[in-house]
Amino acid sequence: MHRRTVLALAMFTGLTAPSMALAADDTIKIGLLATFEGPFTVLGEDGERGAMTAVAEMNGTVGGKKIEIVKGSSDASPDSAVRAARKLVEQDGVKVLVGPLSGDEGLAVKDYAKTQPNVTFINGTSAAQDTTLRNPAENFFRFSTDGAQWMAGLGTYAFKDKGYKKVATVAEDYSFPYTQVFGFMAEFCKAGGHVPSKSWVPIGNKDFSSVIAAIPEGVDAIYVALGGADAVNFLTQYQQSGGTAPLIGGSITVDQTVLTSKGKLKDVLKGTPSAGPTADTNDAPAWKAFVEAYKKQPGAFPSPSLFAHGYYVDMKATLLGLDQVGGDVSDGGKKLREALSKLSFDTPTGKVSLDKNRNAIADIFLTEVTEGADGNLLNKLVKVVPQVNQTLGIPEDEFMKLGAVNRDNPSCP
Amino acid sequence: MSLAVASTSATQQTWLEKLGAGHTILGTALVLYPLVASDFFLTQIGGYSLIFGMLGLSLMLLAGYGGMVSLAQITVAGIAAYAIAILGNNNSNILGFGWPWWLAVPFAVAAAALASALIGWISVRTEGIYTIMITLAIATATYYFAQQNYAIFNGHSGYAGIRAPVFWGVNWRDPRPFYYLCLGLAALSYAAVLYGSRSTFGMTLQAIRDNPRRMRALGYHVTAHKVFAWLLAGVIAGLAGVLLVWFNGRVSPGTIGVDAAIDVLIIAVIGGLRHPIGPFLGAVVVILMQTFAIDIVGAERFNTLIGMVFLVIVFVSPDGILGLWGRIKPHLAQESLRPGP
Repeated sequence: MHRRTVLALAMFTGLTAPSMALAADDTIKIGLLATFEGPFTVLGEDGERGAMTAVAEMNGTVGGKKIEIVKGSSDASPDSAVRAARKLVEQDGVKVLVGPLSGDEGLAVKDYAKTQPNVTFINGTSAAQDTTLRNPAENFFRFSTDGAQWMAGLGTYAFKDKGYKKVATVAEDYSFPYTQVFGFMAEFCKAGGHVPSKSWVPIGNKDFSSVIAAIPEGVDAIYVALGGADAVNFLTQYQQSGGTAPLIGGSITVDQTVLTSKGKLKDVLKGTPSAGPTADTNDAPAWKAFVEAYKKQPGAFPSPSLFAHGYYVDMKATLLGLDQVGGDVSDGGKKLREALSKLSFDTPTGKVSLDKNRNAIADIFLTEVTEGADGNLLNKLVKVVPQVNQTLGIPEDEFMKLGAVNRDNPSCP
Repeated sequence: MSLAVASTSATQQTWLEKLGAGHTILGTALVLYPLVASDFFLTQIGGYSLIFGMLGLSLMLLAGYGGMVSLAQITVAGIAAYAIAILGNNNSNILGFGWPWWLAVPFAVAAAALASALIGWISVRTEGIYTIMITLAIATATYYFAQQNYAIFNGHSGYAGIRAPVFWGVNWRDPRPFYYLCLGLAALSYAAVLYGSRSTFGMTLQAIRDNPRRMRALGYHVTAHKVFAWLLAGVIAGLAGVLLVWFNGRVSPGTIGVDAAIDVLIIAVIGGLRHPIGPFLGAVVVILMQTFAIDIVGAERFNTLIGMVFLVIVFVSPDGILGLWGRIKPHLAQESLRPGP
C-alpha cells in the first residue's frame, strides 16, 4: 500500500478511534442534553441559554474546577434522547448530565438512568408526572417541577374569576400535555366545571381544521396546551376560521417561544390566562437580576422562556451540589446525590426544595398575557401560588388514587 | 480420465479462495474489532451501523437488483420491532404476552416479511418515482397510525423496557455479545444477498429490472418475482428490526418516522447500490457523522455539516462510496508503478 494511503487511513482511524475519556483533574464535564433538532428546536436553544446563564454566574468554575459543557441533541423523540444520553455518558464520559427537554424524553432518560447508577441525572425541563412520581430512578433529580404543578391555581381562576363553566381542551398527544390537562382539570372539575371534549393532536401537526371543527358549540373557552410551532399554527388557523371563544393557555402555549412569533397572534392571545413556573412581569429583584443575566446570552428573547428558566434552575442546582462536594464525583456521584437530595436554595422564582421522589416543590405563577410598553407580549403576574408540591396539596395516597395521567384521565364531561 | 480429474481440481477451490482476499481481511477485522473498541464504539457505532447496514441492504436488494426504490424498509423493521414488544415483555403495562424469544423472533420476522410482501404487492405495478411515492405514503401512514393508535401501539410513547434475551448463559444486550449478534446476522444477510444475486432467481430479477417487457414475453411471471424479492428484503429488514428493538430497549413512532425512512435511503445512496457491501459502508459514514458532527461544529450547525458531507459524497461520486473506490483504485495502481521518492 502506498504511503499517502497509509497516512489517510491513519488519519481516518485517528478521527474515529475511541477518544479517551481522560478528563484532566482540574475540569468537570457536565453533559447538556436538549432538543437542537425537530419541532422544539427553538425551545431547546433557549434551554441552552438558561443553562449557560447558570454556568456564567459561577464564572465557569465549580469547587475549584473548570466546567466543561458537552452538548447532546435530540429531536424530542424518546429514542433520540436516549441515544444522545448514551453518547454523552458512554463516549464522552460525563458523570453529571442535565436534560432532557420534553415529556416522553424524560420518561425514557429516567429508564436509562437506572442502568447507569454511577451517573447523576438532573432534569432539564421535561415535565411528565411519572418521570418522578411512579417508579422513579434513584439518580434522577428534577428541580424544575412537573406540568401538573405548573397549572396550580389556573382551574380555580378560570372557573371563579373568569366564569368559564364549559371548556374544551386541545393539546398535543404525549405525556407532557396529558400532565398539563390533568393539572388544569384536577382543579377545574373540582370547582364544578365541565370539559365536554378533549382533542389530542400529534406533535408537528400542520392542519388543524378538523380539530377546530370538532370543538363543540357553546363552550365558554378553549384550553390550549400546544408548544412551539404547533401553538402558532393552531392559534393562527383558529383565528382565520373565525373562532371567537376565549383561550386558556397551557404553560408553554403562552411562553416567550410563542409570544415572540410574528403575525396577527397578538389580538388572539391578549388576556389569555395561564400558569407556569415563571411570570414575565415578576418584579422581584432576584427575577430582574436573572433576566438581565439571561439577556447577555446570544440570541436571547426579551424575557426568558420557561425552558431557559427550567434549565437554569436545574443547572444551578447541579452546580451548587457540585460546589458542596468540591467537584468530586470520583465515588460514582454518591456524595453529590446526597448533597442534591438535601439541597434547598433560592431561585429567581422563589425557594426550591425536593420531596422524597427527588421532585421539586416550588412557587407557581398565575399569569395573563398583556402587551408590554414596547409592544412585546408579556405574561403579567396575577398571583403567586406558594410552594406547590407534586401532589398539588392533596394527600399522597388520595392523589395516587386519581390514577396515572393519560388521555382519558381525568374526565368530567 | 485425466481430463475429468483436472476439471474437478480446478473447481474444487478451497473455501478460503472462494471467499476472496477482501472478504477474509474485512471479516477478520470485524471479528477482532472488539479487542480495540470501547463499549460505546461496539454498540452505538458498530452494532448500530450493522443494524442500519442491514436495513440499507434490504433496500439495496430491492433497488439494486430489482429497480424498486422503497422508502418503507424502516416500516417493515418497525413491524418486527413492535411485534417483539407486543409478543414479548415490556414495562408499558399494555399488551406484552410474554412469549419467549425463540417464539417471538420468528413470528416477528415472519410478520415483517409478510408485511413487506404486501407492500411490494401494492407497489410493484408502479415504476420509478411512483414506487417511491407509494412506499413513502405507506411509511407515513404507518407512522401516524402508530402515533395515534393506543390499543396496539401505545401512541407517541410506544413501548419501553424491552430486553434482549439471555440464553446459553449469555446476556445478549451486553456490548460484546450484542456486537457479535449484529455482526453474525449482518454477515448472514450479506452472504445471502451475494449468493442470491448469482442464483437463478437473482439473475431473473436483474433481467426483469433491465427489461420487464421482454421477460414477460419470455413467459416469466414478473409480478411474482418482484413480490418474492420484497419478501426476502422483508426478512432482512425484519431481522434488523428485532436487533433495533433489543438495542434501543424501546420502540416508538419516532423509530419508524419519515426521518428514519430517509436515513435508510441516504445510507444506501451514500454507500452505493452496486454491491451489497455498499449499504454497510454508507451506514458507518452516516452513523459516525450523526454521532460526532455535534462535537465538530457545535449544537447549532451540525445538521448543516451532515448535509454538506452527504452532498459532497454524492457530488464527487454519484454512485456513492463504492463508486469512489472504483475511481481511486486505478490511480493507486498507477502510483505503485512509479519510482519511490
